[in-house]
Amino acid sequence: MRWLAQLRMRMLMLFGRGNARARLDEELRDHLERQIEENIAAGMTAEEARLAALREFGNPALLREQARGTWNWIWLEGMLRDVRYGMRTLGRTPGFAAIAILVMALGIGANVTMFTIVRSVLLKPLPFAEPNQLVMVYERGVVDEADSQFNVVTGGMFTEWKRQNKTFQDIGLAGAGGSEFNLSGAGGQLPEKLHGVNCTWNLLPLLGVKPALGRGFTADDDQLSANGTVLLTWGLWKRRFGGDPAIINQSVHINTRSYIVIGVLPAWFVYPEDPAVQLLTPVYHDKPADRMNSLGNHQFEVIGRLRPGVTAEQATADLALIARRLHDAHLDNPLIGKAAVARPLLEDMVVDARRPLYVLFAATGCVLLIACLNVANLLVARGAVRRKEQAIRMALGGGRLRLLRENLMESLLLAVAGGAGGIALAWAAIEWLAKTRPDLSRVEAVHIDGVVLVFTAGLIVLCALFAGVIGSMVSRDARLLASLQESSRAASAGQGRVRLRKGLLAVEVGLTVVLLVCAGLLLKSYERLRSSDMGCTTHNVLTMRIGLFGGRYNDRAEKVNFFSELLTRVRALPGVEGAGFVQAVPGQGYWGDGPFEIVEHPPQPVGQMQLAIYRWADPGYFAAMGIPILRGRSIDPGKRLDGADESVISKSFADQHLPGEDPIGKHLRVDGHVLTIVGVVGDTRYAPAEDPRPMEYLPLYSGFPNNGTLVIRSSRDVEQQALPVQRIVQSMDRDLPVSDVMTMEQLLGKSTMDASFDATLLAVFAGLSLLLAAVGLFGVLSYIVAQRTSEIGIRIALGARREQVLRKVMLDGLRPALLGLVLGLAASAGAAKEIASMLYGTEALDMSVFAGVSGALLLVAAAACLVPAWRASRLDPMRALRTE
Amino acid sequence: MGKPNDLVQGTLDLLILKTILLEPMHGWAIAKRIQQMSGEVLQVQQGSLYPALHRLEQQGWIKAKWAESETGRQAKFYALTGAGRKQLEAETANWNRLSAAIDLIVAEA
Repeated sequence: MRWLAQLRMRMLMLFGRGNARARLDEELRDHLERQIEENIAAGMTAEEARLAALREFGNPALLREQARGTWNWIWLEGMLRDVRYGMRTLGRTPGFAAIAILVMALGIGANVTMFTIVRSVLLKPLPFAEPNQLVMVYERGVVDEADSQFNVVTGGMFTEWKRQNKTFQDIGLAGAGGSEFNLSGAGGQLPEKLHGVNCTWNLLPLLGVKPALGRGFTADDDQLSANGTVLLTWGLWKRRFGGDPAIINQSVHINTRSYIVIGVLPAWFVYPEDPAVQLLTPVYHDKPADRMNSLGNHQFEVIGRLRPGVTAEQATADLALIARRLHDAHLDNPLIGKAAVARPLLEDMVVDARRPLYVLFAATGCVLLIACLNVANLLVARGAVRRKEQAIRMALGGGRLRLLRENLMESLLLAVAGGAGGIALAWAAIEWLAKTRPDLSRVEAVHIDGVVLVFTAGLIVLCALFAGVIGSMVSRDARLLASLQESSRAASAGQGRVRLRKGLLAVEVGLTVVLLVCAGLLLKSYERLRSSDMGCTTHNVLTMRIGLFGGRYNDRAEKVNFFSELLTRVRALPGVEGAGFVQAVPGQGYWGDGPFEIVEHPPQPVGQMQLAIYRWADPGYFAAMGIPILRGRSIDPGKRLDGADESVISKSFADQHLPGEDPIGKHLRVDGHVLTIVGVVGDTRYAPAEDPRPMEYLPLYSGFPNNGTLVIRSSRDVEQQALPVQRIVQSMDRDLPVSDVMTMEQLLGKSTMDASFDATLLAVFAGLSLLLAAVGLFGVLSYIVAQRTSEIGIRIALGARREQVLRKVMLDGLRPALLGLVLGLAASAGAAKEIASMLYGTEALDMSVFAGVSGALLLVAAAACLVPAWRASRLDPMRALRTE
Repeated sequence: MGKPNDLVQGTLDLLILKTILLEPMHGWAIAKRIQQMSGEVLQVQQGSLYPALHRLEQQGWIKAKWAESETGRQAKFYALTGAGRKQLEAETANWNRLSAAIDLIVAEA
């Protein structure tokens, strides 16, 4: 039961401390009084008795200390006292405290944010059952070995893999990149265009996902003859159907076909490869059998669950063998991959995000280091001011450890306050991120949680130790007397501390240079990206996506009529200068390529094939987009349906596949149709960062394509045309939704968003550290000047010229900056190599960036040094000599 | 007589525990009793007594109670706890062993 008594005692001492202290005093007083009484009884006078008792009693303060020293929580008491002292000291210099806390908050906040993101996106396991067993599988070596490392899969290949593999528990398939679905309700609800995905029925059970409501797909749902079934995501169910459970077993219209809602997925579920997916349908029901059995039509993602203990490498080998056999059995079809590759699903999802995230994380680490160095620097400066006080305390017997503890407590207080601010900053930053970047892979998983808080606590302690220990390195000065003498009559301050501060500064400047260089490279690369020539007009062009599905649009003539009427009516709108329709505009992505033959050329050897990106386009598209027609003419608008036999090729297509020939009049064979080449147009880019690729334009009015982008060019504010055009679409088909209405500039901005995001963030970090470094330089130099006031005064009194003083002080400050610059440039060269893969059209060792950064840094350093140097040169020698 | 606080470290604890075995006492009385019982040989300094009392209290061997003393003033009375009683037995045994051992050596000389 002793522990119980001890616990009681502990609690008593923790909460009744003040009381216990009073009681102790009372106890000791009682003792003293009894002693006095005894002395009086022994015959002394009252005064003698008191004095004798006190003599015998000894030092009451010491006794009290000793008795209290035995109490529990004495360490806590000491700490609280340190905290009180620390607060009081910081309170005396509120400016210093505020700056230090702000600096720490920024550093810690940035780091906590990046840590949260890196952990949630890259490290946290996927929310599926046994996520380590999940892999994404690709075909490799389709047509061209080097060009196709991670090729999406054909339905035919998938069938073979599913049948023959020995390494998977289960393997499922889904439409790559999701699909666009037109969702319209039965009751005249607004039509809506949604992102969804076709998948095999086993995909969700394979992931370990069970619907929150209703049931999942069964094998019976997943075939052509079955009734249409659809699973809704939680978000879509809440938003469009008001979270009404009665929707289960009701029917909705998807692409004008009727589907029965069989279930709703749980709220936490996010489709792994595309967070925008809002509904799922069975793929074997939706797609025609020839598509599902094709060996050439690459359009599916394959997700598999490995057997326990099987590695991704073993699965790769297993599937590659099957692919190779399939390839060898159809040597005439080069569209069949020669191998396969499986990689963990998580890795597959974040492969593009990894490097930028780690670069940003490293950048925030640098910012924090700079922040700590700066705070340490400020503490050193303050330590110098308080040197006399400390020397006196030490002379009076203050323990060195005690003084160090006080310093540490001060920096801990700063770090804790900074950390609290940092957490708030991080929280705001993450909220902002989730709002601005919903497209980031796994952004929905980014949350501040317990681990992040522990990380923050660790960061706070680390910062406090770092800043505190460096900050108090100067108070280790053992030469007590020297220190007392020096500070009582100073000619100049001890060199040791100045050297330390200069060293810290050089490191700070070096880190800043690295950040500036990286930010500069990314910014330049982004500029290049934004200014890369898309090959078409990008100003005052509006785009919107339209898809015609099912019902009457199964008839090709209906589609042709729709497109031509739409374009005629849009072109007739006042202010519209041109309109066209194309599968995808420049910058909207790769879409698809396909094999072609040039009829006039000898056939390709067996097992080889020529591929080119194709685009279905209407004859007016080139004029509308300002894509120049270099030779010949555009497609004849009068040729329709089976009569549409004309094609246009891009310049690089002509250069690559018809070199030294006149392409006009030659014939292309595409998918069994023969088309006459009637024109050559300028090259365009499918993405701002990609070089133009050979492209063939196929006639929209053949009636084959059913979806694409409508482009409208106007002489002035083109966004005003959005509503009139949408009204035309509505009047032509009430159930037809229009989506992604944006100008060409917005579209390109979206496709370069990653680059702009990374560059902007890094630039902000770099700017921040430049500011910190400037503040550091300014602070150190001001301190040096203040320390040397009397020395400078003597120099001036002895005839030193003002500009000499100015130059000397300037040089004093610039020397560490120069040293830091040299170190920083060397380190930057290494860092730039690391980010080389994030750069577009910019060398890692881009001289203009390096030179610009050096210039900017020197300018800022000079500006930071100028004020203290100027002040030093303006010193009044008489007053300077009297300062001490 | 040696310096009064020359008590072997730990012995003071034993003396205090032993002194209050019979009845609760306040600090002054404990010091006086030890002095009397030892025939004025052992003088417990306040500087050692109070830290020792507080340490014993923190460790749960003795407990304190404020009560009216014989002079009518409030005083802090220390009493032995159950754990303290056991501790006293242990320390007494320990002391006996130690002093016997020292005796053997000293008697030999």
